Amino acid sequence: MSAEAATDTKTNDWEPKIVAFCCNWCSYGGADSAGMGRFQQPASARIIRVMCSGRIDPLHVFNAFLEGADAVLVTGCHIGDCHYVNGNDKTKIKYKYLENVAHELGIEKERLQLNWISASEGEKFANFIRDVTAQIKKLGPSPLKPEGVA
Amino acid sequence: MKGSVAVVGGGIAGIQAALDLADSGFKTYLIESRPSIGGVMSQLDKTFPTNDCAMCILSPKLVETARHPNIELLAYSDVKSISGKAGDFKVKVVKKARYVDETKCTGCGSCTEKCPSKVQDEYNAGMSKHKSIYIPFAQAIPRIATIDAAHCLYLTKGKCGVCKKVCGPKAVDYEQKDTEIELNVGSVVLATGFKPFDPSILKNYRFDHPDVITSLQFERLLSASGPTQGHVTKQSDGKVPKNIAFIQCVGSRNPHIDRKHCSSVCCMYATKESIIAKEHDPELNITIFHIDIRAYGKNFEEFYNRAQREYGIKYINSRPPEVIVGANNALSLKYEDFSTGVVTQDFDLIVLSIGLDPADSTRALAQSSGIALDDFGNIATSIESPVESSVAGIYVCGVAQGPKDIPDTVAQASAAASKAAALLSGERGTLIKERKFPDEKQLSPLPRIGVFVCHCGINIGSVVNVPGVVEYARTLPGVAHAREMLYACSSDSQAAIKDAIAKNDLNRVVVASCTPRTHEPLFQNTCREAGLNPYLFELANIREHCSWVHSKEKERATEKAKGIVQMAVAKSALFQPLYKQQVSLINKAIVLGGGVAGMTAALDIANNGYHVTIIEKEKELGGMLREMTELYDGKKPADVLKELIGKVNGNKNINVINEAKLLKVEGYLGNFKGVVLANGKELALDFGAAVVATGARNLEPSGLFNYGKDPHVVTQAQFEKMLGKGISANNITMIQCVGARNKEREYCGRTCCVDAVKNAIRIKKANSKANVFVLYRDMRTYGVMEKLYENARDLGVIFIKYEADNPPKVQGGSVLVHDHMLNQDIELASDLVVLSTPLVAGENEEINQLFKIPLDRNKFFLEAHPKLRPVDFATDGIFLCGSAQAPKLMDEAISQASAAASRACTILSRKFIETEGAVSVVNEAKCIGCGTCVTVCPYNAPSLYDVTVNVEEVTYTTNKSKINAASCKGCGSCAAACPAGAITAQHFSSKEIGEAIDAFDKGVKSISIEKGFVEMTV
Repeated sequence: MSAEAATDTKTNDWEPKIVAFCCNWCSYGGADSAGMGRFQQPASARIIRVMCSGRIDPLHVFNAFLEGADAVLVTGCHIGDCHYVNGNDKTKIKYKYLENVAHELGIEKERLQLNWISASEGEKFANFIRDVTAQIKKLGPSPLKPEGVA
Repeated sequence: MKGSVAVVGGGIAGIQAALDLADSGFKTYLIESRPSIGGVMSQLDKTFPTNDCAMCILSPKLVETARHPNIELLAYSDVKSISGKAGDFKVKVVKKARYVDETKCTGCGSCTEKCPSKVQDEYNAGMSKHKSIYIPFAQAIPRIATIDAAHCLYLTKGKCGVCKKVCGPKAVDYEQKDTEIELNVGSVVLATGFKPFDPSILKNYRFDHPDVITSLQFERLLSASGPTQGHVTKQSDGKVPKNIAFIQCVGSRNPHIDRKHCSSVCCMYATKESIIAKEHDPELNITIFHIDIRAYGKNFEEFYNRAQREYGIKYINSRPPEVIVGANNALSLKYEDFSTGVVTQDFDLIVLSIGLDPADSTRALAQSSGIALDDFGNIATSIESPVESSVAGIYVCGVAQGPKDIPDTVAQASAAASKAAALLSGERGTLIKERKFPDEKQLSPLPRIGVFVCHCGINIGSVVNVPGVVEYARTLPGVAHAREMLYACSSDSQAAIKDAIAKNDLNRVVVASCTPRTHEPLFQNTCREAGLNPYLFELANIREHCSWVHSKEKERATEKAKGIVQMAVAKSALFQPLYKQQVSLINKAIVLGGGVAGMTAALDIANNGYHVTIIEKEKELGGMLREMTELYDGKKPADVLKELIGKVNGNKNINVINEAKLLKVEGYLGNFKGVVLANGKELALDFGAAVVATGARNLEPSGLFNYGKDPHVVTQAQFEKMLGKGISANNITMIQCVGARNKEREYCGRTCCVDAVKNAIRIKKANSKANVFVLYRDMRTYGVMEKLYENARDLGVIFIKYEADNPPKVQGGSVLVHDHMLNQDIELASDLVVLSTPLVAGENEEINQLFKIPLDRNKFFLEAHPKLRPVDFATDGIFLCGSAQAPKLMDEAISQASAAASRACTILSRKFIETEGAVSVVNEAKCIGCGTCVTVCPYNAPSLYDVTVNVEEVTYTTNKSKINAASCKGCGSCAAACPAGAITAQHFSSKEIGEAIDAFDKGVKSISIEKGFVEMTV
């Protein structure tokens, strides 16, 4: 991405594309609760539901970047609350690895974030999306974004 | 005999009892007085001691209840009377008029939005208002609107009628009347719960002041779904309080207002609420005024310690007599601090920790139906039969039987279900429905996707351009049919979807509406009824995730809705039919341990009609009860044991193997293979479910308080035996918390206070001149056990409080103690010193290795969930009861044992085990046999097996993994961890996820539509 594009994004109302992986039992429920509580948030996120955050393969995350995501969010149940005993502990381990690789690839840390959100934390989910969107708006489009993708 | 049960009360107790019964093959009516089920638990923000979100753990149970084919939900209905006898009861139920047709209402909430009149919101404990037509809370089941007839403008004044006008499905019916129905059932389970104590009775606590609130109101303030979205503010001025006080025992332990019981839960909920409040606002100062802190349950003491250590919550051992309202309406409390004397302190907010009163409906029902109540107004039961009411065939569970916390309630609920099921075991399966579906139709090779976009009244349609989304969907690859719907979930829409599937030969269905967490099963069922495999369905959530959260950005919301639909369509194109496998099972159980818990579990399973083997390590059955000489109700344990052992030996379904132990176990739910060692011989034992009831043992307090050196120092367990023979001592001093509640053993022994008080009473009754002193830290005679504590004091037993950092000293014939309340040292002449020690874990590590079931840090077994699955393990088919889980009293152990039996019977009663459909599968060709999946899986589903491979005349043996579909839960962790990419998490495969990712931000232009691939339907 060029510097020109980056300045462009600050002036127009470019909206980043964010892929959020959510586990069925907690963070997806958190996104639902955000809806039920009408917690407004930017329309930037696309949620991909998995049964457990432990299902999220690092490859899915990079796939999302390669498909043009400006940020990827890995979310799950709070530690200790996993519906599948300890899936989120495994997520934590994989996330460490993901962070390192993302760093190597020159992806800014704001573009890859981990958050534990319970099914009741609707406001937290909405705030998270709002915060990430604001951070990414400052950064501009992802350097991995392929040609021709907005 | 009827194969049906009426469960009265739809709180967590009733829900659990109904689910267990329905799962065991009984038609179950769940009758709830409020408009929706969930009870008080649905109002809680979090649950102690894990601070789990209450709604998150409850909500799946609500949904499960609603869609269970064997449960008929009668919400907003009252039970008037129960008559008849065990096996054949008549239950009169009044279905109250909702003024809304339950069969038509879709729960969209349009009526609520437009309704002009407001009513105090009971769900928010009166701190906010809801409309006169309302749905109590977001996750309400059934999700049906109800009109508050007392406040509705139309029903009171004949004006308005707006709800009827805006209701799309024409569900509002002002003419509806109460209707009375009669149910004919074999058994009744009472789960009528409690009524929160009304503190306005206690004028001294000034509940009329806006900043004096109840603990339930405070709970709602903490809740994100509460009146302040989780921000704790004062009701008077909306400002954030700085100093908060909790007053404990408001409406409990108070003989002046006829509330002699301890409510069992208030100490812990006050601690929980304080911790959560501090997490919200670390600047808060919180003080809890209490008589004793009763942190008696599993992990409660640890929770209480953490509240002090990590959150700085202050506990003051004093009960302020009144709330003082000073100038400018400022609040203060005057109390006596044992070290500093009388203190007056200002507070901004005072929370009254209100107790649990028996529910009005409990009393009314008991009177109308001839069911006996105890001294406190609870349904009367006994130690040996903690869930059986005075009327045969009517069982009780939860707080209706006495104050208790959620796990004890859930355990009792399962126990009551077990008893009802045993009574009706001959009728099992006679009244249940088995759903019949048409055969699945042949799928055409290319995807033919149907997209149904929902307006949800105005919920989606007022923000998202629904026709635009439909137009867009028609352009997507594979879409053969797209249309809009006003309410996709209404029954006429189900018919329309089925019709469209048939007419357009659809083989995938995408509904764009709300969340799959509540609505997926409904649409899956519709697909199945239309001959489509349920796994060919996908929900696109354009309400919770779109219209509701982008209500001001209509264009962006529409774009996003298109994106969400596109992702769902792309993913669904790859869906393949998945099937739940049916695996046969062994309808037999084993019980490890032949104590009271083990024998009770075995008897319940046997009485349910299944064979069970008890494996006991000792020569005789009886366990720890053999060591007891009197129960706290005066009964002789020997008599109780004789009866119980007689029942066990006389039951042809029970086989007892003494002096035996389980050596090996393999297999999974429904199909375990075990090897038992008995009499030096190994014998094979196959079973479908197992109950672990291995108990615990008494701590030997070696080296503490001269134990072992001075023969006059004995443990409470030894003293119990001595009392059986009679003692000659005149001066007896008991020391509580020996070897418990300390650094080495943080937990509370739970039973020791009750045991000490019971034995103190025994001494006094035998010899009223004897001097009995009980040196304690907190007297934890919780619940109705408070009665014993009161009796002991009446009989002249002296209770002296000591502090943990200044324990008593045993010296020769006396005990020196610093009396915390008098703040002085006292020397007590003592012929006998009795040390109350806690139960400690037995040899649980062996069993933990055998079944791969986890232990907690105190080496007791760790249940699947501390609140809602107290007798389950995370591994299916294995259950837990009694003191093997944590120390408990005999009636609690018996409740748990029956509960474990009930849970086991939900498995044993099945004709087959049905696996998850969306399980993971291994591609053997890709598998490198590394065993990563075996390590990663928490359910032991993958295992390695030897394969002989023959390649170019070289033959070698290698490992390959296979996943047992019966054990797999479909979380997909193995698929993510497999380094060779050999595992596919079906329905969430990398391909399917990849397609969704691929589709997430493509504009229409970037999609190439192959000619002939898509048929446009306009």
